[in-house]
Amino acid sequence: MKLIIAIIKPFKLEEVKDALADVGIEGMTVTEVKGFGRQKGHTEIYRGSEYTVDFLPKVKLEIVVPDELVAKCAEAIVKAAKTGKIGDGKVFVVPVEEAIRIRTDERGESAV
Amino acid sequence: MKSRSAKTLRTILAAAAGVSLFSLPAWAEEAAPLTVDSGNNAWLMTSTALVLFMTLPGLALFYGGLVRSKNVLSVLAQCLGIAGLVTLLWWGVGYSLAFGSSFGSGLVGGTEFMTLKGVAGVPNPTYSATIPHATFSMFQLMFAIITPALIVGAVAERMKFSAVMLFVGLWMLIVYFPMAHMVWGSNGFMNGWSADSTIKAIDFAGGTVVHMASGWSALVLCLMIGPRVGFGKEKLAPHSMVLCMVGTGMLWVGWYGFNAGSALAADGLASLAFMNTTLAAATAAFVWGMLEKMLRGHASILGFCSGVVGGLVVITPAAAFVSTSGAVIIGVFAAVVPYFAVTWLKAKLKYDDALDAFGVHGVGGTLGALLTGILASKEANPALTDMVDRGGLWLEQVKAMGVTIVVAVVGTLLIGLLVKAIVGLRPTSEVERQGLDISEHGEEGYML
Repeated sequence: MKLIIAIIKPFKLEEVKDALADVGIEGMTVTEVKGFGRQKGHTEIYRGSEYTVDFLPKVKLEIVVPDELVAKCAEAIVKAAKTGKIGDGKVFVVPVEEAIRIRTDERGESAV
Repeated sequence: MKSRSAKTLRTILAAAAGVSLFSLPAWAEEAAPLTVDSGNNAWLMTSTALVLFMTLPGLALFYGGLVRSKNVLSVLAQCLGIAGLVTLLWWGVGYSLAFGSSFGSGLVGGTEFMTLKGVAGVPNPTYSATIPHATFSMFQLMFAIITPALIVGAVAERMKFSAVMLFVGLWMLIVYFPMAHMVWGSNGFMNGWSADSTIKAIDFAGGTVVHMASGWSALVLCLMIGPRVGFGKEKLAPHSMVLCMVGTGMLWVGWYGFNAGSALAADGLASLAFMNTTLAAATAAFVWGMLEKMLRGHASILGFCSGVVGGLVVITPAAAFVSTSGAVIIGVFAAVVPYFAVTWLKAKLKYDDALDAFGVHGVGGTLGALLTGILASKEANPALTDMVDRGGLWLEQVKAMGVTIVVAVVGTLLIGLLVKAIVGLRPTSEVERQGLDISEHGEEGYML
């Protein structure tokens, strides 16, 4: 099992969700987050006062998938979330030791 | 024929009194007892409510949206507190000091109307021959409420509630009531309509008394109190441009009571003031937005809102004194000059006028007083014929501006020092960081 963490542009969420559904993903966790990478922030001006906003809004997806689906999932996310412009985001893949479905106490991949 | 001409004369005088607030000659009062004109009274009671609506909740939301969310309630509380405090002062001594005359002074009124004694349904021929004295007094009260409320914009987010209340109470007594008498009182020394006045200045709805006095006082007070913690280093951006826009819309609507109501009648001058108010506000809003678009790439909501308020401020002293073209010219200046005041001048001088009370009201009020002197037109308002023909009205305006600035600056300096000595102006920086809402009012604006 692997945990895929994807940071994407908020307006791409629907497309990424649909692309993941197409490769057979049945669940995910989505969080609104803020941060910056190479895109950096932007400037807001209120009358005479100028403020630099360092943290830009992004959406973070967390999906736990069986090992054989990792490549397909990552590919689907990258394809759906890409605009080609700076700030498209990142995908991280990390190993997962265990998963438990709380309702049934199932363990491992069947719990995902 | 005689009675008809006497009646016509009285009507003209009543209309002129609306503009001028000048004292009717004694021979005019010998005619039949004054009767209330129901149309005029209906419009003036409506206008009175509209002017209160400018403060509660118009200005409160306009300012409230511009502070950070941890201070939104402090602004609302200050506006509410001022409405209560000023009303009590008005009842006790304020109306009498502004519009009485028993002292026989051009600087301050008298004692005859204290506790609003005798101020009721019968018109007061000196100021309002066709509307009840009570309506006139309440209409003027609403101006007295919004004026100190404008000042809090400069010191927002960092002045103790107790200090705001004490400051406003003293400021009304030392600055506002005398200023209102000097400019609007029948024997005020800056009332151009009074034969005895020293300075022949004109101010239709409060450019000097309301906007200059509050704006210049705001500058002095914000310099005395110093910048907000984090000023120039941290993000102190507005928390809700939506509230700000809602408040701006209410200010614009309420301003029709302020300006068109200042005709003190539902007459032609009221309509002229209504039209000019619209032209100036709309022009300034558009010009400010376009300036931003050209110079910075974005036409912002705050830019449009600032333009609306700037236009309304600058047209105030001129509302029924200028032609429609004059109003549009005023609208253009009302955007350009305050725009550079709040962007260039403020950045240059590095004072923390948090919500630009000086940049918009002080600069705009000063500009309006001057432009009134330059653009006043006898074609637009025949009552101005003598003044315009005499020439030099702009110079009289400049003199009145000078007196207003001196009264506001010196008065605020003294009151500020006194308040600082008694209760202190600022909370601790820890309290300021936490926000005034929780520490000063025990509430939070948003439970999210």
